[in-house]
Amino acid sequence: MTVLDLAQAPARPPLTRLALVELRKMTDTRAGRWLLAIIALVAVATVVVFMSVRPADEQSAGQLFALSQIGVGLLLPVVGILAVTGEWSQRTALTTFALVPQRLRVLTAKLLAAVVLATGFVLLGLALGVLGRALGGVLGVSSGDWDLPVRAVASMLLVEIATVLIGVAFGALLMNTPVAIVLYFVLPTVWTTVGSMVKALRSASAWLDTNRAFEPLTGDTPASGVEWARAGTAVAVWMVVPLVIGAYRLMRREVK
Amino acid sequence: MIEVERLTKRYGPATVVEDVSFVCRPGTVTGFLGPNGAGKSTTMRMLCGLTPATSGTATVLGVPFTSLPNPGRHVGVLLDASAQHAGRTGRETLALTARILGVPAARADEMLDTVGLAGKAAGRRVGDYSLGMRQRLGIAQALIGDPSVLVLDEPANGLDPEGIYWMRTLLRDFADRGGAVLLSSHLLHEVEAVADTLVVIAGGRVVASGTKSKLLAPSGRTFVRALDPAALYSALVGAGLPVVRREPPADGGGEAFVVEAQGEAVGRAAAASGVVLLELRQASGGGLEELFLTLTGRQTGPATTPSVPQEALR
Repeated sequence: MTVLDLAQAPARPPLTRLALVELRKMTDTRAGRWLLAIIALVAVATVVVFMSVRPADEQSAGQLFALSQIGVGLLLPVVGILAVTGEWSQRTALTTFALVPQRLRVLTAKLLAAVVLATGFVLLGLALGVLGRALGGVLGVSSGDWDLPVRAVASMLLVEIATVLIGVAFGALLMNTPVAIVLYFVLPTVWTTVGSMVKALRSASAWLDTNRAFEPLTGDTPASGVEWARAGTAVAVWMVVPLVIGAYRLMRREVK
Repeated sequence: MIEVERLTKRYGPATVVEDVSFVCRPGTVTGFLGPNGAGKSTTMRMLCGLTPATSGTATVLGVPFTSLPNPGRHVGVLLDASAQHAGRTGRETLALTARILGVPAARADEMLDTVGLAGKAAGRRVGDYSLGMRQRLGIAQALIGDPSVLVLDEPANGLDPEGIYWMRTLLRDFADRGGAVLLSSHLLHEVEAVADTLVVIAGGRVVASGTKSKLLAPSGRTFVRALDPAALYSALVGAGLPVVRREPPADGGGEAFVVEAQGEAVGRAAAASGVVLLELRQASGGGLEELFLTLTGRQTGPATTPSVPQEALR
């Protein structure tokens, strides 16, 4: 009997290649393309609407950039969710894990691809901020400053990355598209509502509500240590926990 | 080379695959046969590391599937042709696989050409493909890494007769070039034409395995029908000829019998008792066909004597 010499066998695909493949999988289906196009359109539309209705002195490049990310932060997690749940709803997991049996490498590749995608949309936002301000200047509707502080951009990037990764984590935990999407949107709202109604939860909510915890990070003033700790706690609860449980489920689950 | 040893899968109290062992050698096509729900797909998924086995081992080229650094370069797997993203084109599906495997992107178009999906079909979304086209795409995906082993679950499903003939030729060529093919089906005649070795599974257990020529060899049995079945039966018993099965009456004649004896002996026994024979011929098919029909529940009538010669088939 001939046993395959593993040292001579073709090498396993590097993680960067798997991440690029996952990025391509997010963009090569009709549904995926539409979703990304809509997110980009929402970003552009938000900037355009703001420019046409607000006073000129409010229209700084930084403000336009921040505005462009509202829709991105809302919708991009859906891309993250679909990247994971699509494997089960479309049953492509059967091929994916037959080609790459190390399932956690696939999950890692999806996380990396989501980070690249989030970064891409932040870059798009920067371009929109600068272009919007320039165009506004030419049209005489914008007179705000051109400043794009590194701190604000970096914080926004972190928030966007955390947000899309929470999406991936929800998808990994629930492995079901409608359930993951509904819970992703409903749970934080429920939490915010309950947190504001129940006195005892109000202080906890500041730590666990991503909407509240992430807000100071993208504000005009640098976030304090406590504010960073709150954001970190929210990320741990909404991203790390579901991701760990999801990874565990993925390792053990039967692919069929 | 595929080696499956005592593979078992239990879901709670239910045993879906029990103690399944077989070997699929280079240069051969192994037909993995069994009725729907016999455990074929579960066995194949365990082989590919997609379903954890309760016990037993499975290796490909001497190592567990999941230990292969880049499995697609050694094993072409097609477990379900419909398990493709409906929104992706055929070409893109293959391009992604080529990328993961690290083979040139041109392999995708090459494979589309091989399976007859080149041109317009390649640019269509898989959701718009017929089942036959998805099977072809799945086979292209299995072949793209130039593997030496193929694992195909019901690849003939949805293929038209021409497609089935094409696939047989392709698999035969693959095996003749030294490849090992494991091919499952719930239809005996589908794999009969291409397989060298057969493994029959039912209720999660291997009920027959061996070379096709051995399993499908004509039996030494005789089918006999007389005007008076009772008289024939006494004559057969009187002559010491074992009746292995009764066949229901057909075409106005009486009950018929399948006898473990040559035609001449049966004829002589009937003649000696003066029984008028209506039919006397070699019992159709080999033991495997009978066994398979029994398993798939398509036998025309109930067998009064349990006659499946399992030991003989092993």
